[in-house]
Amino acid sequence: MEERALRTLIDQVRAGTLSRRRFVKVMVGLGLTAPMAAQMLASTGVAQAQTKWTFSPTKRGGGGLVKTLWWQAPTLLNPHFATGTKDQDASRIFYEPLGAYDPDGNIVPMLAAEVPSQQNGQVAKDGMSVTWRLRKNVVWHDGKPFTADDVVFNWEYVTDPATAAVSSGNYRDIARIDKLDSHTVKLVFKSPTPFWSSPFCGPYGMIIPKHLFQAYKGDKSREAPNNLKPVGTGPFRFADFKPGDIVRAELNPNYHVPNRPFFDAIEMKGGGDAISAARAVIQTGEFDYAWNIQVEDEILKRMEQGGKGRADIVAGGNIEHIQLNNTDPWTEVEGERSSIKTRHPFLTDPAVRQALNLLVDRGSVQEQIYGRTGIATANFVNAPSRFVSKNTRWEFNVDRANQLLDGAGWKRGSDGIRAKDGKKLRLVYQTSINALRQKTQQVVKQACAKAGIDVELKSVTANVYFSSDPANPDTYSHFYTDIQMYTTTMVEPDPQRFLDQFTSWEIASKENKWQGRNISRWRNEEYDRAWKAAEAEMDPVKRAALLVKTNDLVIQNIVVVPVVFRPRVAAISSRMRDVAQSGWDSDFWALAYWSKQP
Amino acid sequence: MTPEGMAGAERRRVAPVAGLSAAEPSPSLWRETGRRFLRHRLATVGAAVLVVMVVGVVAGPLVWRVPVNEIDFKAKLRTPSWSHPLGTDDLGQDLLARMLYGGRISLAVGIVAMLIAISIGTAIGATTGYVGGTVDHTLMRITDMFLSLPGLPLLLLIVYLFRDALRKALGPEAGVFILIVAVIGGLRWMPVARLVRAQFLSLREKEFVEAARGLGAPPLRQVVRHILPNSMGPVIVAGTIDVAAAIIAESTLSFLGLGFPPDIPTWGRLLFDAKDNLDFAPHWAIFPGTAIFLTVLSINYIGDGLRDALDPRKVLAR
Repeated sequence: MEERALRTLIDQVRAGTLSRRRFVKVMVGLGLTAPMAAQMLASTGVAQAQTKWTFSPTKRGGGGLVKTLWWQAPTLLNPHFATGTKDQDASRIFYEPLGAYDPDGNIVPMLAAEVPSQQNGQVAKDGMSVTWRLRKNVVWHDGKPFTADDVVFNWEYVTDPATAAVSSGNYRDIARIDKLDSHTVKLVFKSPTPFWSSPFCGPYGMIIPKHLFQAYKGDKSREAPNNLKPVGTGPFRFADFKPGDIVRAELNPNYHVPNRPFFDAIEMKGGGDAISAARAVIQTGEFDYAWNIQVEDEILKRMEQGGKGRADIVAGGNIEHIQLNNTDPWTEVEGERSSIKTRHPFLTDPAVRQALNLLVDRGSVQEQIYGRTGIATANFVNAPSRFVSKNTRWEFNVDRANQLLDGAGWKRGSDGIRAKDGKKLRLVYQTSINALRQKTQQVVKQACAKAGIDVELKSVTANVYFSSDPANPDTYSHFYTDIQMYTTTMVEPDPQRFLDQFTSWEIASKENKWQGRNISRWRNEEYDRAWKAAEAEMDPVKRAALLVKTNDLVIQNIVVVPVVFRPRVAAISSRMRDVAQSGWDSDFWALAYWSKQP
Repeated sequence: MTPEGMAGAERRRVAPVAGLSAAEPSPSLWRETGRRFLRHRLATVGAAVLVVMVVGVVAGPLVWRVPVNEIDFKAKLRTPSWSHPLGTDDLGQDLLARMLYGGRISLAVGIVAMLIAISIGTAIGATTGYVGGTVDHTLMRITDMFLSLPGLPLLLLIVYLFRDALRKALGPEAGVFILIVAVIGGLRWMPVARLVRAQFLSLREKEFVEAARGLGAPPLRQVVRHILPNSMGPVIVAGTIDVAAAIIAESTLSFLGLGFPPDIPTWGRLLFDAKDNLDFAPHWAIFPGTAIFLTVLSINYIGDGLRDALDPRKVLAR
């Protein structure tokens, strides 16, 4: 996808021949994010879409209690220490960012009075600064006014290394924040920053009150009593919190949006597992909302037949993919396997990589295993110049895989397994324990067997597999097998951070305690160059073209074999209204606007 | 309950018989055991069921030649029919073929692990019980130590440490098999050792053992021919429980992803895969569940019958 093609698409959106939503979908298919797509549209003068609500109440409250279920329970309520989305979501009941991302990636002002743009002069042309105007009528739950000082304080608090905030990455590009008046701040960046909404927007953008936290900046950050008793600006104020169990909150009578929220109280219950959470909402109707329902579609559909609830599926940037190891996982060099000093004995052969790409039957995986919850995307897989074409299909072709392997000199032995120069095509294929993944493994294994590749399946319990324990050889980042499969989640609205997982300086190794993000250990100078160029490119469209190019390099070289896109799935009671999940923000991004039919 | 005095009297009467049978190698003890076993109706039924199962999993795949892992999405989640007598799972794989294949592994794991546990347990129990003194103390403290080890974490640790090495040496299936039976067997011998020791402590002071000793039988002969056969009752019961526990432990390991590779359909694995589909595809869970249930139950009854048959004090009702 070249810059020119992108511009043509944007023109189509402006002319109305291509819908906004379709454009965003196409961009997501290219590996970009919806917030980035929205930014591209905004920068070229296409007006931002407004989020519409179906229900507009005439008074605050009266909706009773809304019961939500998170099968991982929150453990603390300070958004800057949140580990995992459970804590972020729980904090979002009380705290708000300046702007939230809606399902299409548009910024919706929360504590900001308006969204900055180049048109209204609040985003500097050179990308060196952005100015935010804040809402004036906002008060904290304890009655103190919300001002620019709070915004400046949050940046100081988060970037103090002694505070050890998990959100610090989003704020490190800020050189300083100028307070222009009591309700206006100007963020000045260290270098041109094309994606200026990373600080103060979305899941890492929530703002905590200066007057309660300034005594706990730095070393004492974990001792703040308000880490467990939040005082925010959000639609609900704190009532009760049992870490690892339940959060209760009650209506904030001074909420800054008139006639909101609808509910008098909210309960966020933690614990259980995805399937029982889905049952509690969809089948029995005990709860109104459940988060992150990773359940087979077959089962969800049967639950939905009762009519009490539904599975809400929205696109996000999560891709279930198979990684091919570029290094040798079976040879130990200086205390580590899969060392960058080794080369994989046969996965470095392009013919083998292409054959594997042809042997993943994405169609059956989608239709038979994932259903609505996983979509085989041709666009990500095929040549990007053809991505708008309806003819593009990923290909599942055992015969061609066989031809490729024959052509490359891999001969079948007496046991039916191909070999060349004494090296047999035997693979160990690792993933986490999850019924969907084990089925996908079996589908791939069967196709590989037909092409003379012997696959041994291995599954690791998810707590171990996704842990960051440097001593455990079974984690995904050690990658001590030939191929492995999991979902990478695009948590950052800016795809730049997501795409750094293929840069050569991010390679996971013993030296960085396997914290590096490049798990497949692939190295490519062209990729590194394109990535660096995108980092400094100010024009969102040019930047998108560069990022798409990095993406293509990954696909052309078959660094990974994408399997399916995995949208976010939540279970929602059929009586709930305006509960729109956003793939780019917390599930509670629009909590103030939720309502329920009587 | 037989009063203590009577039991003693009876044993005095039986003991010389046991001694005689040792002197002239005749099968009368075992023939007698067999006769008594057959009079235990549930044990006989259990044995028959187990024999059917074993023959089924050994010979079944030769008759039912459907491949274990042939994926056919058109036939997914079928209820039992002529083409798929036990139905299919959600990848359209034939459950009968999978049950037969998985049964070989599950039964083999159960029986081999039990044999390991009983062998180690009996050897240690017999040594401590017969020798006594410091040896007894040392070995029993080791047994206590093993008993106090937390089973599952230790299992996980051992599997982590040795899985890759064994896998390399023997291939994924054989390597994991040996590892699992060794680990399960190696962690379950302690109760057997205690039972055997307790039996030995009382039996070695009995008149028939004294008689054998008086006739000049060496220690090994005293243990093997005289004491051990009389202490086998509780051991056999413990062994049958171990078979069931080993089958279940194997499914636990499969659950945690540390057992056999996920595509090997052991009975535990089949149950694990079936659990989310229980409400609309019950056949998938019922058959492997029933198989585990029947195996465990019949082995328990066999154990019951054997214990009664081997216990000369037990007067069998008509």
